[in-house]
Amino acid sequence: MGIEPVDVLLAGLGAIALGAGVLVVSTRHIVRAGLWLVVALGATAGLYLVLSAELVAWVQVLLYVGAVVVLLLFAVMLTRAPIGASPDLDRPRWAGLLVGGGAGVGLAALLIDAYRWSRVPLPPGTGATEIGTEVFRTWVLPFEVLSVLLLAALIGAIVLSRPDIGAADTETGRREG
Amino acid sequence: MPSWLELLIRVLAVVAAFLTLPLIVGQTEHKVMAHMQGRLGPMYAGAFHGWAQLVADGIKFVQKEDVTPREADRTVFRLAPIVALLPYLLVLLVIPLGPHGLVAQPLDIGLFFVLSVVGIGVVSVLMAAWSSANKYALLGGLRAAAQLLGYELPFVLAAASVAMAAGTLSLSGIVHAWQPWWLLWQFPAMLIFFVSGLAEIRRPPFDMPIAESELVFGYMTEYTGLRFAFFLLAEYVGIVVIAALTTVLFLGGWRGPFADDQLGWLWTLMKVFAVSFVIIWLRVSYPRLREDQLQRLCWLVLVPLALAQLLVTAAVKLAW
Repeated sequence: MGIEPVDVLLAGLGAIALGAGVLVVSTRHIVRAGLWLVVALGATAGLYLVLSAELVAWVQVLLYVGAVVVLLLFAVMLTRAPIGASPDLDRPRWAGLLVGGGAGVGLAALLIDAYRWSRVPLPPGTGATEIGTEVFRTWVLPFEVLSVLLLAALIGAIVLSRPDIGAADTETGRREG
Repeated sequence: MPSWLELLIRVLAVVAAFLTLPLIVGQTEHKVMAHMQGRLGPMYAGAFHGWAQLVADGIKFVQKEDVTPREADRTVFRLAPIVALLPYLLVLLVIPLGPHGLVAQPLDIGLFFVLSVVGIGVVSVLMAAWSSANKYALLGGLRAAAQLLGYELPFVLAAASVAMAAGTLSLSGIVHAWQPWWLLWQFPAMLIFFVSGLAEIRRPPFDMPIAESELVFGYMTEYTGLRFAFFLLAEYVGIVVIAALTTVLFLGGWRGPFADDQLGWLWTLMKVFAVSFVIIWLRVSYPRLREDQLQRLCWLVLVPLALAQLLVTAAVKLAW
């Protein structure tokens, strides 16, 4: 069993994702942490691409790089985003290391033990058609339940961002009384 | 022909298009704007109607000092223009110019690729805005982020409508499936896509993030010389990309009145330039939208319209 270019690519992208991920939590530059997150998620998209899951890779780029990280950066810039290091960041270093490192090592050990050196052939179709068929035939119930979750989050966000919705009754009640 | 040579030729062709099309669009903008405003526009550079004006501009930009503000985050500041330019270069790779594989890199999910890669542009804006250490730049960047995030939604939904109608995510496949009556069926989607595309590339009347009369030049305020030129180039490539996408998705791409097989590339280019002309025309005709008007247009007009269009598309598709 030789090392193929694909293996090298996978290992390289994995290393980039891991390194960028470590930098996200270790850098003292707040905004740069967000930018490292872009690198980490981009490398993950690259991993999907190498595994020939094109659609998942570009969904990753569209949603995580194009929207989630941007929202995150947007929020950081709205509140406090100094250029340069912030010495006053309080990060529970040891607890973080314990939880993050423990989860990472545990998952890695589990997966390595489960697969060892066995080779799993890629499923024949991982294109948009196949994934669409799977999602809307086999997995349609979880898919729909997930959309209810998103709807609930959306309504929650609207309620939170509009203090006039819930408070209206008490306000008028107080004025009348 | 060996495959690597073919690949090289294809990539070189895209790079050539990347370098010439924006210049042509830029020069057209100079002249068209001037004539719409009763001026002559550039007349001296290159002797004949100022054809070399943008070449002269380029030389000027190269000669200018490359200033990085002292308080800036230097690495991010320097990376931002490249991050702004790269996505558009990638997008040009998958846009089909003509039938029979006249495309640099055909992709099965070309449409999805295009939409996700165009979305990366906003990261570069935020990078430039924040790293400049300038309040105008930061304000411009925040406006840009809010605008791009908002308009991404109708942009993607309108594109989804065509993908649904064609039953494929491949850009060539969409052109193959396209029928002239789609002009009518997909007309709202085309309008939505075009308008939110304009907002995506921050062209007037959606240039609130740049707004030179209040924010100096928004997130580009601190940029000089070649890096500023990169941002400008990104804007003009953006025009070409949006025009090309509108052409491919809604105007039938290489489909023309006759000889599609031989002249397909010509029809595509003609449509791209026609749409680019409209983009320039809009810049001259419309005042800049205020920030609240801009968000209102997106969330209260374009998004509901795009959702309605999706319903109509689905209904017609089912009834067919």
